[in-house]
Amino acid sequence: MTSTAANQNKDDGETRREFLFLSAGAMGAIGAGILAWPFVDSLNPAADTLAMATTEVDLTPIQVGQAITVVWRGKPVFIRRRTSEEIAKAEKDDNADLRDPQKDSARVKNPEWLVLVGVCTHLGCVPLGQKGNDPKGEYGGWFCPCHGSHYDSSGRIRRGPAPKNLAVPPYEFVSDTLIKIG
Amino acid sequence: MASGKREPFDNAFVEWVDSRLPIFTLMVKEYRAFPTPKNFNYFWNFGAIAMVMLVLMIVTGIVLAMHYTPHATMAFNSVERIMRDVNWGWMLRYMHMNGASFFFIAVYIHIFRGMYYGSYKKPRELLWIFGVLIFLLMMATAFMGYTLPWSQMGGWAATVITNLFSAIPLVGEKLVALLWGGFSVDNPTLNRFFSLHYLLPFVILGVVVLHVWALHVTGSNNPLGIEPNGPQDTVPFHPYYTAKDTFGLSVFLILYVVVTFWFPNVFAHPDHFVQYDSMVTPPHIVPEWYFLPYYAILRSITFDIGIPFTDIVFINAKFGGVIAMFGAVIVLFFLPWFDSHPVRSARFRPWYKIALLALALDFILLGYVGMETADAVKFGIPLVYVGQICTLYYFAFFVAIVPWLSKNEKALPLPKSINDAVLAAKGA
Repeated sequence: MTSTAANQNKDDGETRREFLFLSAGAMGAIGAGILAWPFVDSLNPAADTLAMATTEVDLTPIQVGQAITVVWRGKPVFIRRRTSEEIAKAEKDDNADLRDPQKDSARVKNPEWLVLVGVCTHLGCVPLGQKGNDPKGEYGGWFCPCHGSHYDSSGRIRRGPAPKNLAVPPYEFVSDTLIKIG
Repeated sequence: MASGKREPFDNAFVEWVDSRLPIFTLMVKEYRAFPTPKNFNYFWNFGAIAMVMLVLMIVTGIVLAMHYTPHATMAFNSVERIMRDVNWGWMLRYMHMNGASFFFIAVYIHIFRGMYYGSYKKPRELLWIFGVLIFLLMMATAFMGYTLPWSQMGGWAATVITNLFSAIPLVGEKLVALLWGGFSVDNPTLNRFFSLHYLLPFVILGVVVLHVWALHVTGSNNPLGIEPNGPQDTVPFHPYYTAKDTFGLSVFLILYVVVTFWFPNVFAHPDHFVQYDSMVTPPHIVPEWYFLPYYAILRSITFDIGIPFTDIVFINAKFGGVIAMFGAVIVLFFLPWFDSHPVRSARFRPWYKIALLALALDFILLGYVGMETADAVKFGIPLVYVGQICTLYYFAFFVAIVPWLSKNEKALPLPKSINDAVLAAKGA
């Protein structure tokens, strides 16, 4: 055997071995990743948790100017029957300097009924403003006591650290006095 | 680990074991003969103290777990049962609760010691990194433990802290649902927090082994920050430092016992004695005292970061706060590279000493700001501004002051050896 041939053989062997190493390593990594996924995904919401995803609310007992809190997916949902002044104020502020600009009309299905997820978009506290004697913040909506975010009568963020408006959950009017959230 | 030449033991049983697994040889080498600088002060007690606190937390925690029920409807009552009905339950629970505070006291002093005497510098960078890792794991463990009694304070702490992750762009919301196992902090969250709260202390124990192992490779630093040159500069670890550590530990434990038995709720808060209600946030929620400085840093980022005078925002205030809070711990990992000054001990670096003592005060002031409400005003000054200035100094210390001093500070003359300095101090 000439030295050239020997070298070539050695080179071949090296490339072949490297290829086998790399492909075995890659397969091992893919396998470990696939095996890890069930462990990670098991932490995601389980089927029974997902199944509790809708809540029906009867609106008849709520007077104008009153608000109630219902539980949806373990979170508070605020339902406020707004007064005409609150509606007018919310619509007037459509053109104010808003951090998360949104028209009031885009946040309601019926202007009288404001339905919101009652969770501050900053760090998840429940804002005050549902009860008659609660502080409602500077804009007549809600005030979050944890870090001082002020929401207006459309649930839009006006001041404080929260980045977004209070979320509007998916809901529909089943009848004039019954809504289904979720 | 220990292999090679081995001195035989007189005791036949010890010798039988040691010739098969040289564990006694290892102990003699690392804890009896181990040459240790002879000039330690009491700051050097706190590593051993922290280790004792870790063991104490694990032991009390294991027993508490035998009585605790990790379920959203039963957790609070099971803790009340521990307090009222379980034999010695009140004591075990108070030992665990206050033990966390004293563990953090020991670790904060230990970290300050490392910074003051330059223990993080070459060749001890990895030792320092393991230490910061332990600190980070401790924070995670303590936070999850805080939520387990399922009180108003604990449940809302869990809500606020997990919501921090929702600030991460794109994946934030999905990540939070993954952390919760649902749409809010609820039973699945409590279950996994309990599981991890039980697991992480053993992970900490593992990193402590690496921390101590690394320490025993480089040897200890000392108040002068100069390396020992030979036997005249060192003493064997036992009995010299076993005795000194025992004394320091006793003083520390006396304080711990005084708090545990006479002021057991001094670090607690009334909302910790009310069951968690996911519909009502308490008016004033605060984390445990040892997180207050970081909480103040989180809250001090009240502004969006983007291109000035435009609407373009790169990092909103919420995400900025989260980055700053985690950054305040992560920055510690890089301290050995921010500071490349050849002199270790602050004793010989007057400017570094001032900057570091200012950092310690800054940290305490941040803790005070974190304790007050977000819109508090003291002496006509809104505390949020105080928090912002303190946050600025905190980061400036690491990324500007220390690197600058590291290049420009002229150190005082160092003693020739530890032995010389010790004898000079004794007037010999």
